[in-house]
Amino acid sequence: MKKSKFSVVALLMAIMLILAACNGGSKETSNEKEGGSGDSSKSKVLNVNNSSEPGSLHPANAQGTHESWILEHTFEGLTKKTEEGKIVPGSAESWKISEDGLTWTFKLKDGLKWSNGDPLTAHDFEYAWKYALKPETAADYAYQLYYLKGGEAYNSKKGKEEDVGVKATDDLTLEVTLEKPTPYFLDLTSFYTFYPIDKKVQEENPKWALDAKTHVSNGPFKLTEWKHKESLKIEKNENYYDKDKIKLDAVNFALIEDENTAWQMYQSGELDLAYPLPVDIQGQMVNSDDKEFKMGKELAVYYYNFNTEVKPFNNAKVRKALSMAIERQKITENVAQGGQKPAFGVIPPGIPDASGDFQENTGDLFKEDVTEAKKLLKEGLAEEGMKKLPDFSILYNTLDSHKKIAEAVQGMWRDNLGVEVTLENAEFQVKLDREKAGDFEISRAGWVGDYVDPMTFMLWETDGAYNDSGWSNKDYDNLLKEAKSTMDPKERMDALHKAEKVMIDEMPILPVYFYTKPYMVKSNVTGVYAPINAYPNFIYADKK
Amino acid sequence: MIGVITMLRYTLNRFKWAIITLWAVITLTFIIMHTIPGNPFAKEGAMPPAVYENLQTHYGLDKPLLTQYGNYLLEVVQFDFGPSLKSSSISVNDYILKGFPVSLHLGAQALVIAVFFGLILGVVASLKRNKWPDYLSMVIAIVGISVPNFILATILINYFAIKWNIFPVATWATWQHTILPSIALSMMPLAFIARLMRTSMLEVMGQDYILTAKAKGLKRSGVIIKHAIRNALLPIITILGILTANIVTGSFIIERIFGIPGMGDMFVKGISNRDYPVILGSTIVYSAVLILLIFIVDVAYTLIDPRIKVTGEKK
Repeated sequence: MKKSKFSVVALLMAIMLILAACNGGSKETSNEKEGGSGDSSKSKVLNVNNSSEPGSLHPANAQGTHESWILEHTFEGLTKKTEEGKIVPGSAESWKISEDGLTWTFKLKDGLKWSNGDPLTAHDFEYAWKYALKPETAADYAYQLYYLKGGEAYNSKKGKEEDVGVKATDDLTLEVTLEKPTPYFLDLTSFYTFYPIDKKVQEENPKWALDAKTHVSNGPFKLTEWKHKESLKIEKNENYYDKDKIKLDAVNFALIEDENTAWQMYQSGELDLAYPLPVDIQGQMVNSDDKEFKMGKELAVYYYNFNTEVKPFNNAKVRKALSMAIERQKITENVAQGGQKPAFGVIPPGIPDASGDFQENTGDLFKEDVTEAKKLLKEGLAEEGMKKLPDFSILYNTLDSHKKIAEAVQGMWRDNLGVEVTLENAEFQVKLDREKAGDFEISRAGWVGDYVDPMTFMLWETDGAYNDSGWSNKDYDNLLKEAKSTMDPKERMDALHKAEKVMIDEMPILPVYFYTKPYMVKSNVTGVYAPINAYPNFIYADKK
Repeated sequence: MIGVITMLRYTLNRFKWAIITLWAVITLTFIIMHTIPGNPFAKEGAMPPAVYENLQTHYGLDKPLLTQYGNYLLEVVQFDFGPSLKSSSISVNDYILKGFPVSLHLGAQALVIAVFFGLILGVVASLKRNKWPDYLSMVIAIVGISVPNFILATILINYFAIKWNIFPVATWATWQHTILPSIALSMMPLAFIARLMRTSMLEVMGQDYILTAKAKGLKRSGVIIKHAIRNALLPIITILGILTANIVTGSFIIERIFGIPGMGDMFVKGISNRDYPVILGSTIVYSAVLILLIFIVDVAYTLIDPRIKVTGEKK
């Protein structure tokens, strides 16, 4: 018996060793040597981290930043944006807008090519947009194309494909008909759902976007390697019309979910760019004069929803009192720590107004004032026939940074108003469900704009899809209607300014701060910039 | 030794129960998964109903739950775990085929480290009882058990990768990349094995037959290696099955920190995304691994200890 005992142990050990050895041996060691500093004598390779495995690199099926960052460097829409946020021609050379703002005619650059050498024509744009709208495609962002005439109808199986308002009248002309006048349509044409796809490739091989070997794009880079859950690689696209301005030869995307690990890889030189940064690192960097640290603008606002269908939060005075009694500066400096800007409105800085910056022109729409807040709270409660606030809580999705902010707010309300609020965390999915069901008093939310126009932050229309507060106001609705019906920038922006003011006067939400985009780039890398509504862009980057 | 036929019958019987267990796991997971709040396509703010419906139709989630359940069972029987709702480029089968070997590789390396060093520490501690090697071993063991592996991982990265530049920080490209995560993952089982081995050794060393062996004039080393360690290993084998299961299935934190494309991370993300096929697929694989390991341990018992008989199952 003794022998068999030992043979079992030996067997188990042997199995383990073999397993370990098998796997170890089959690993390729073809990875590029991580270019720290100075060993890029020949090819210039940038190393970045994409945070998460992309679900799809087909422009129609992309869902979020973990896909769009790669798409933005491999595709190009009709327009693109400069470092300053100006919209400039991309694949289009020029465009004309009809008087009523409904018909847009884009003229494409001559001689454009796909990365596989196929000619790129206006037909590819028409095909791509209709493909994204096709119900069977089940595209998350199909609604970005609802601006096209008949787009929503086609996507919801109520209309026909041929009635969708996009048509290539010849190889270089794309005629777009819109449902309503949409001044920011030009901005949308740089968004990834509006990218073209190679019609020929899509028809021959519907799975082209799933594999680096068959992936075809029209941007400055092309996808050359996709090791699922491990890494991706894009290389300079020799068929890109502006290839002489592209200095990088390739970019490696690691797929590290953990922000701290990514940050450590940046420190050890395995990454050239770090974004997003861990909160405590942001805090350290904001106050240092580290040259690698960059602060980009972000098209997003952090706020709390009031459930206006629950007493006493139906009362604007109560909502305003709570909003006026927190100290945003303290929250951004001591808690959030990313150099965020306290928000006294909902529209973040960086969006152009008829002239100047929309947010700057607005200024602060309210002030923090504890005495006033106390008075308002008393009045508001009296109007609702209450003596004091009932038990209520702040609902937030489980994340350390949200918790810290909620704790800060809790403390400020206790100190300034003598009000007790409990904190309640829930998994993100559960929070969404409860918001939809109206099962909350106050809930944390954030909104990232889809395009660079104040309209993307006008979410509080009566029964609007994103209006979780349940607030409804006729003036607000009418002002939005007014803004949506005119192409005149001045008139439009006036209406939007008024709408924002009407909303903040009633405070269905409590704005906390405007996000920022802090990131770090190694000092031997130049030409990286952060567009307001995208991840840091390195199309024109160079590495020494 | 045990008759081949008895063994075969025993195995078949166990296999039958394994299938029933798996079916129960699938059913329970399916029910729980659809009971918890949330849905795979939820985002901050609602999406237009048409988009939502197109997605539901595309993935067959608009059908009645019972039909979905039936279809799923049919697919699973053919070893098809369906598409991931979050990725069109990689199916759940791909996830498992790619992720499982990686998790297994990581787990196996960690286990080898844990067993090797755990046994050494345990034996040394027992032989130098109440002297400094004993204290040192047990301090290591206590640290190993009480320091969570994600903290250990961060410390390892900070020193070995950033300060001393010996190993890369993360990812899973070459064998150098596998060292730090394996160490981080091995500490807990290592400590466990060391403590168990020490106790077991001390017990064995006090037995009469050790005294007899010594009295016969055998060399101390001979007594220890031939008689003491051999017998003291028994309890280690008993827990090896459970430890293996723990390591292979419990590595998701380490996988996340080191950006390792294993299965653990896929499971955790599957749940937070409500990616139904991913949740089901990984649960099935984990259950199958557990069932298999428990079976191996049971068979191993019967081989080691003649008092335990496989035929004991029959009334």
